Amino acid sequence: MFRTARLVAAKDLRIELRSRVVTNQVLPFAAIVMVMFAFALNTDAVVERVAPGLVWLATLFSLLILVQRSFAIETADGATDAMRAAGVDPAGIFLGKALALAAELAVLEIVLLATAVVLYRQDLRASGVVLLVTTFLAATIGLALVGTLYGGLAAGVRGRETLLPLLLLPVVAPVLIGATRATEAALGTAGAVVADGWPWLGLLGVFVALFSVGGTLAFGPLIEE
Amino acid sequence: MQLSNAVAVLGQFPVLAGADLTVHRGEIVLLQGPNGAGKTSLLRLFAGLLPLARGEGTVLGCDLRTNRESIRRRVGLLGHANGLYADLTVTENVRFWGATVGASSAEVDAAMVRMGLAQRLAKVPVGKLSAGQKRRTALACLVARRAELWLLDEPHAGLDATGRDELDATLREATAMGATIIVASHELERAGALATRLVEVVGGQIREKARSVGPLGAFGTTGETV
Repeated sequence: MFRTARLVAAKDLRIELRSRVVTNQVLPFAAIVMVMFAFALNTDAVVERVAPGLVWLATLFSLLILVQRSFAIETADGATDAMRAAGVDPAGIFLGKALALAAELAVLEIVLLATAVVLYRQDLRASGVVLLVTTFLAATIGLALVGTLYGGLAAGVRGRETLLPLLLLPVVAPVLIGATRATEAALGTAGAVVADGWPWLGLLGVFVALFSVGGTLAFGPLIEE
Repeated sequence: MQLSNAVAVLGQFPVLAGADLTVHRGEIVLLQGPNGAGKTSLLRLFAGLLPLARGEGTVLGCDLRTNRESIRRRVGLLGHANGLYADLTVTENVRFWGATVGASSAEVDAAMVRMGLAQRLAKVPVGKLSAGQKRRTALACLVARRAELWLLDEPHAGLDATGRDELDATLREATAMGATIIVASHELERAGALATRLVEVVGGQIREKARSVGPLGAFGTTGETV
């Protein structure tokens, strides 16, 4: 399973390095979303207050594009079918694709956080660094797992482009809430303290555990006919 | 491979309706029949991708009802799509598919050489290849995967004359090494010259049409079983 996961992740990341879809399309999209939020909210105080939520909202929107892309490369020339026909371990495919997606999301989130710090005047405090890093790690892994699971589910369905957001966004609501609250605590947004963030990180941990086990077990039946 | 009264269903529609067929190791069987007759479904059933709804079936000694997962690693299916990644080079694609079954670099290189891909095409992204070159790359992936049963759906489609000759040579070589091949094709002249048996699929059922008795391609054209 882990050998297959490594193989699939390396393949996906190599494809991304060649096509540069994340750097040339998804990153600019996410940056534009952040700027548009600033235009829409207008007032500095409001923008500073909601900045952590905006970072995670922009991440979720970008996740939809990344997941669509991750499965478009599989379905374009029937590679999903070929993997099934070749008996490639579906759990390995799931973990491999989730790993590649997590790496792409991590790059995206670093840029979004930097944008928030610059545009929305967020402070990176030394006392909140551990919480911030672990929150981003847990949320990234959680989003990658659930994105891969639902991407696989929608990949074989007609109208998948519109179906995926409908399926995925409600499921990732706990990540949006947990990651936003924990990020607020780490950054000290609106007087929040670091201790407030740890219970939310716990929620993210439960989410990751649930979808890593559930996704590994469910992905095979999902991509079957 | 053996099918007995096999029934397979896609949605509500029976794509195979009581099919009977026995294929022995080393044979090249040509499936013929009109569009929608069930040729592709038969290939997918043999590949372990389509469940057997009724009847009996074994492939490479594995039961199609209970052991489809084991069949898949030993079978190579080349359908209408090639299963290739456009952004990866020819070598990277063959290496990836070979690695799924633990093929060594030497085996991957040998597959590339055999399909005439080891020279100038090796580092070309698949997205820049012609349809025929993509088909050859997909076949190289099958060779690298060391499939025991090759299931090919219109394998000559998109290939030029040279590519077709190379494909035929590869298939003959594969059978000489013990592989069994089932080909679905509308091109009787080309695929018929390759096959040792001709089987007709009509309305989800199978009829033996001809069996070659001498050199390959010694079929009659009357449709009678030889």
